Amino acid sequence: MIPAAFDYARPTTVDEAVRALAEGGEEAKVLAGGQSLLPMLKLRLAFPELLVDVGRVPELRVIREDGEMLAIGAMVSHHDVIHDPLIRRHAGLLSAATATVADPAVRHRGTIGGSLSHGDPAGDLPSVILALDAELVARGPQGRRTIAARDFFVDYLQTALRPDELLVEVRVPKMADWGFRYEKFNRVAQAWAVVGVAAAVRRDDGHIAEARIGLTNMGTTPLRASACEAALAGADASTEAVAQAADSAAESTRPASDLSASSEYREHLARVLTRRAVLAATDLDVR
Amino acid sequence: MAHISVTVDGTVYDDDVEPRLLLVHYLRDRLGLTGTPIGCDTGNCGACTVDLDGESVKSCSVLAVQADGCAVTTVQGLTGDGEWHPLQKAFHEQHALQCGYCTPGMIMAARDLLRENPDPTPEEVRHALEGNLCRCTGYQNIVRAVLAAAAEMRRRTIHEPGAVRQPAGAAGTAAGTAGGRGPRR
Amino acid sequence: MTEQLAARETREVGRPRTRKEDARLVTGRTTWTDNITAPGLLHMAILRSPMAHARIEHIDVGPAGERPGVIAAFSGRDLADELGSLPCAWPVTADMVHPDHPPLAVDEVRYAGDPVAVVVARDRYAAADALEAVEVDYEPLPPVLDLEAALAEDSPLVHSDAGTNRCYTWPLTEGDYEGAMARADVVLRRRYTQQRLIPNAMEPRAVVVTPPSTGSAGSAADEYTVYSATQVPHILRIMLSQVTRVPEQKIRVIAPDVGGGFGSKLQVYGEEALALVLARRLGRPVKWTESRSEGYQATHHGRGQIQDIEIAATKEGKLLGLKVDLLADMGAYLMLVTPGVPLLGAFMYPGIYKMDAYAFRCTGVFTTRTPTDAYRGAGRPEATFAIERTMDELAAELGLDPVELRRRNWIGREEFPYTTIAGLTYDSGDYDAATDRALALFGYDDLRAEQRQRNAMGDRVRLGIGMSTYTEMCGLAPSRLLGELRYAAGGWEAASVRMLPTGTVEVVTGTSPHGQGHVTCWSQIAADVLGVPFEDVEVVHGDTRTAPQGMDTYGSRSLVVGGIAVHQAARRVVAKARKIAAHLLEADEDDLQFAQGTFSVKGSPEARRTIQEVAFAAFASHDLPEGMEPTINAECVLDPENFSFPHGTHLCAVEVDTETGRARIRSYVCVDDVGKVVNPMIVEGQVHGGIAQGIAQALYEEAVYDADGNLISGTMADYLVPSAADLPDFVTDRTETPATTNPLGVKGVGEAGTIASTPAVVNAVVDALRPLGITDVPMPCTPERIWRAVMDAQEAEEGAQ
Repeated sequence: MIPAAFDYARPTTVDEAVRALAEGGEEAKVLAGGQSLLPMLKLRLAFPELLVDVGRVPELRVIREDGEMLAIGAMVSHHDVIHDPLIRRHAGLLSAATATVADPAVRHRGTIGGSLSHGDPAGDLPSVILALDAELVARGPQGRRTIAARDFFVDYLQTALRPDELLVEVRVPKMADWGFRYEKFNRVAQAWAVVGVAAAVRRDDGHIAEARIGLTNMGTTPLRASACEAALAGADASTEAVAQAADSAAESTRPASDLSASSEYREHLARVLTRRAVLAATDLDVR
Repeated sequence: MAHISVTVDGTVYDDDVEPRLLLVHYLRDRLGLTGTPIGCDTGNCGACTVDLDGESVKSCSVLAVQADGCAVTTVQGLTGDGEWHPLQKAFHEQHALQCGYCTPGMIMAARDLLRENPDPTPEEVRHALEGNLCRCTGYQNIVRAVLAAAAEMRRRTIHEPGAVRQPAGAAGTAAGTAGGRGPRR
Repeated sequence: MTEQLAARETREVGRPRTRKEDARLVTGRTTWTDNITAPGLLHMAILRSPMAHARIEHIDVGPAGERPGVIAAFSGRDLADELGSLPCAWPVTADMVHPDHPPLAVDEVRYAGDPVAVVVARDRYAAADALEAVEVDYEPLPPVLDLEAALAEDSPLVHSDAGTNRCYTWPLTEGDYEGAMARADVVLRRRYTQQRLIPNAMEPRAVVVTPPSTGSAGSAADEYTVYSATQVPHILRIMLSQVTRVPEQKIRVIAPDVGGGFGSKLQVYGEEALALVLARRLGRPVKWTESRSEGYQATHHGRGQIQDIEIAATKEGKLLGLKVDLLADMGAYLMLVTPGVPLLGAFMYPGIYKMDAYAFRCTGVFTTRTPTDAYRGAGRPEATFAIERTMDELAAELGLDPVELRRRNWIGREEFPYTTIAGLTYDSGDYDAATDRALALFGYDDLRAEQRQRNAMGDRVRLGIGMSTYTEMCGLAPSRLLGELRYAAGGWEAASVRMLPTGTVEVVTGTSPHGQGHVTCWSQIAADVLGVPFEDVEVVHGDTRTAPQGMDTYGSRSLVVGGIAVHQAARRVVAKARKIAAHLLEADEDDLQFAQGTFSVKGSPEARRTIQEVAFAAFASHDLPEGMEPTINAECVLDPENFSFPHGTHLCAVEVDTETGRARIRSYVCVDDVGKVVNPMIVEGQVHGGIAQGIAQALYEEAVYDADGNLISGTMADYLVPSAADLPDFVTDRTETPATTNPLGVKGVGEAGTIASTPAVVNAVVDALRPLGITDVPMPCTPERIWRAVMDAQEAEEGAQ
């Protein structure tokens, strides 16, 4: 399969990229790693007139500490997210979840920013970013703005980014003393998640002080399992308490029924995987 | 048309290409490097895996323009002075191929694994190859071959320091081989 | 002494030779069809129906023809006069409904993917773009998707002029099934569904045709050269001639490097005919390569059956009779052997078991889906699945261990040759030996003990143990028998062996390998017979000019028919050489012995001639025996006297997480008996790959259609081909019971693994869940299906309470 024709721009700075996007208007699209976009172009499911390739913008590849936050450039590859010592130390959940994305070759090209901008609720990273209460920094002709992760995912394949905006940075709170786990359930190793659960848990001796749970593929956007989080706050760090709280993991979700699963099964998986993820993040025996 | 300059298997090519031209079509149709085959259109099968600046990529999911200024190594670039890469040898000796269509991609993916992890477990080999599909072998002999090649490459590292870090044919690979995966240019 | 001699004579056969084929494959110096180019090459692209069933109200290819780079565009009507119907070589009954199958649809499309227009352009990008300019108006017609509903009186019709969706009904009855049922203590009825599968050879299909005027590399002749990613160059040549009316002698078909087939390239495809016709019209070379997702619609599918099976037995577990009623999904059209695939299964439902009565009936049904045809095993995996699943069910019903139930019914080693209730005569086998070896390797008793313990604990993750035995009929087959089954062609295979003047050897084979390693194995066979070095043998194949006679490669036939033909031809070479050697040594033929390539006179070992010397003497022909032609080359066209019947026992242990429904294979052991082996390494590889494909059917793969007849598992992202990370290591071993129907004692191996593994895995899954009251999980046993089975069982139990 072969993409339809398009124009191509390859800026070397964010400013140039933003200008190119503005000039391209509605029919312009950002090319990040291209691992979702190129297959869509080949299957002729997308017909952009201009691709703005941000693969040669060095400032988008920077990973740095910024006080209590970790700032990750949008064009940092999945591979680097998995292996970067700063990310591993401060956002282990992100590294762990990224390691489950597709396969090694895709992880070399695919980027965190591309993944998030694509806004696919079946992607592994959106739910993680949501669970981490991250911030996403966009640049457009009007300048720079920061969007909270909870406001970023608007609908299926739709984010809060305007057509003339470029995602430049993902800012993740440092969560070094949190336990975490990404439970991904897929049918073959390289497949998308049927359901995924990203859990981060802060323990306070025998209790769970705080839990944040992001759900992959449980609706048209990534979701937080809010009812479950509330039930876990202050709960005993025990298998029983976690199991009870996990029963509410699928509340207010609206998962699709599709080729890989029915909505009913997805809701069931969300509960099971949430229990397992939270237990693991709390350092309790999963069985 | 966009102008690109790409080093493929050690040779520099300058070409005008349509931006939409896929790297794999550039290799096959423009350069005649047909050792890299195409097995799908969704990036799932991995048959087209090549090395781009020191990293395995699926060349059906990269545009030729994205490879501008980069070094590409294909399976055809692995045999430097006619001597096979340890992976090529091991695939032959362990009967890790039948029809051979997935083999170039398997070898390039395995080569990427061994660069990062010279002593993988069978389980690690299986996971490293999760994006490369084979329909003939059931993978068992592929896993055996990668483990055998890894052992051979470790042996060479001990006995001939430097011999493995730059396997024959990787000569054309510019950046990134030694683990530097920082910003590309 | 005899053994030593035998060992010397078979210094190649039996050796794990690494393959001659590998050098170009591991270095990328390959000749896949899509690699081939020619001066002035044009690229063909095909517009396909987006609907399962519709009338073409209007079609205009004009706008496509005006796109940049486009040379021509045609609709089905434009080419109708030049293109005949695609062939079906197996009209299984005299009254079979056999609709026309135009390579490009003219008035009506009958599956999503049915070709409606073709564009030829200067490059593949321009061709792809131009497809979007073709204008087609479709008037939707109702899809036909459900096999049972399709047979109802009021069903919409796939082929309205046929008046029915029933393609044929084919019966096979032996013994008195009703009587057997009346005598039985237990009659068990089960329904199993064989989901549709997509074969997924890693190389997509491709074809290049060069017309006479341009010629191709090495071919300036006045002929069309068709390069195709095909398993069957010889069959393709005959059929293309019939479809296009290009005389057969003006067509040369070459199967270059072919990247797997598994039955999907045992076909005569419309695109092959179209490329030939367009090369003729335009006088230029034409290439077409399918994309993977295009192939998912356009390359034939496999399986697609509903099996109603009924088994009658005594309470001791002795089988009395078997009844099988099949519905087989033909898809929209009959392709090369579409209707015959279920018949290959008809003979295999009784498996390795003895019984008194058998009643089989198959009904072929048209649907508005991609045509089905052979996929690895073709009919035999379906049959083996049904009988082996049913044997487990019967064992559970009778409270017997599944191994024990099988043992009570299978043919004993002393009973061979044995004629089964289905009328096949199995030449040899030893089911006890293979099973005992497999049970030992598997640790069957320990696993059963662990299972009991975990079941008693109510473990959330259940352990299941599944078994499957199998035999299959491969070789396909004595020509006379194929004729009785109304198959259009024979089952012979051709080989010729040529000793070249310098003493090296050319073996020409009619088989057409695409991954099997024939070059290596035929070299081993010829080297042994001729006593020449393995390296000195070249194998020529896959080109109707250089290997002009052949029946090609499918049905695990290549070794047992084609390999034996090589063996026989080589023996004829030795026989001719013996005459010349005797003449040169001035000895009587009977006084010569031949060992390791050298003729010597018994009692005077210094009087000797090597076969290479004899070859040169034949070439020079200065001094030959009176009346002898100056050649020692020989041919053999071998018609096998019987099928070959490999067998084996496969055992699988799975862990089933009853909470998520995920089944994970913990261990897999198989012991196959494929008779004598030529190359154990290659045999093991065939078994590995076969098991993987069988597991894929059990757990992962399914071609899924929506209610409108669209294939929704339409890309490799949705159709789940398992990777290395999804499959376990397999423990393989062999027992060796030589075939008695060929001189090498070999049996087929290509399909064995696929046939046995699917029921072994599903039996294991069901075995894990049986304590919960579950007796079946439909394939593929996805986590959701397993979870649903657990839920349903829980509800049933709660309801009962």
